Amino acid sequence: MSTGFKRVRGGGARLNMAPDEAAIVRTLIGQLLDLIGGGEAPKTYEGMPDVALSDNTSVSDDPVLARLFPDAYREDQDASAEFRRYTEATLREGKRAAAEMVLQTLGDGGEVVLDAEQAQAWLRVLNDVRLALGTRLDITEETLEEMRGFDWDDPRYAGFAAYDWLTYLQETLVRALC
Amino acid sequence: MTTAPVELDRPDAAEDVRPDRPWVAIVWNDPINLMSYVTYVFQAVFGYSKKKAEKLMLDVHHKGRAVVSSGTREEMERDCEVLHSYGLWATVKHDV
Repeated sequence: MSTGFKRVRGGGARLNMAPDEAAIVRTLIGQLLDLIGGGEAPKTYEGMPDVALSDNTSVSDDPVLARLFPDAYREDQDASAEFRRYTEATLREGKRAAAEMVLQTLGDGGEVVLDAEQAQAWLRVLNDVRLALGTRLDITEETLEEMRGFDWDDPRYAGFAAYDWLTYLQETLVRALC
Repeated sequence: MTTAPVELDRPDAAEDVRPDRPWVAIVWNDPINLMSYVTYVFQAVFGYSKKKAEKLMLDVHHKGRAVVSSGTREEMERDCEVLHSYGLWATVKHDV
């Protein structure tokens, strides 16, 4: 199993990832990209300031998307809608670009060496994937305890094991970048 | 949008006291974000010292939320957007 990220001079990090581990990460990022959707750049017009206006103004019914793109105002739907109109397309595009960068640098696994910018992308994407997976698995503060009681044949086992492993990877990356 | 205020004679205390920094960005606790990551984000986004970032992270963890910055509404929306890009659960609020 991967021993996690190690620090690299200049703000980067490196990691050795087995091909089957890389396949898991690729699959999860692929699902994240499907969920985030789009892929086309936000519309811009010549001579206009670079602002992104989205048609979408309400929080998603999908709990994962609601977690990735939450309301900015808890008690003001109009203000939340306005904020979303100006920010969500840019946020989606940023998450998408970071995910593409991770897929590119990961390849099929093996030795992965990241510069500072790539390491930042990995940090955010690992977090986004954990947010997505953790929300689907309904992770709570008590989950770690519950996981210890899981049997191998529990249908939830694979999901929780992947989540736990991504948590470990992200923790080692934060440490490598501090 | 609301129209007429209900109590016309009661001044808004917060606006009177801190007219320059009346808005705040709040980060809420969630069971997924790592404590180390949240600390790292506070340092990276706001340039806070490790000590201050850790204190804010612990506030979020133990009290359920923490005010992480204050300023104009536009500044707080910008902070909120950056925090969302890092996957933190952040909101903007008028500081009353």
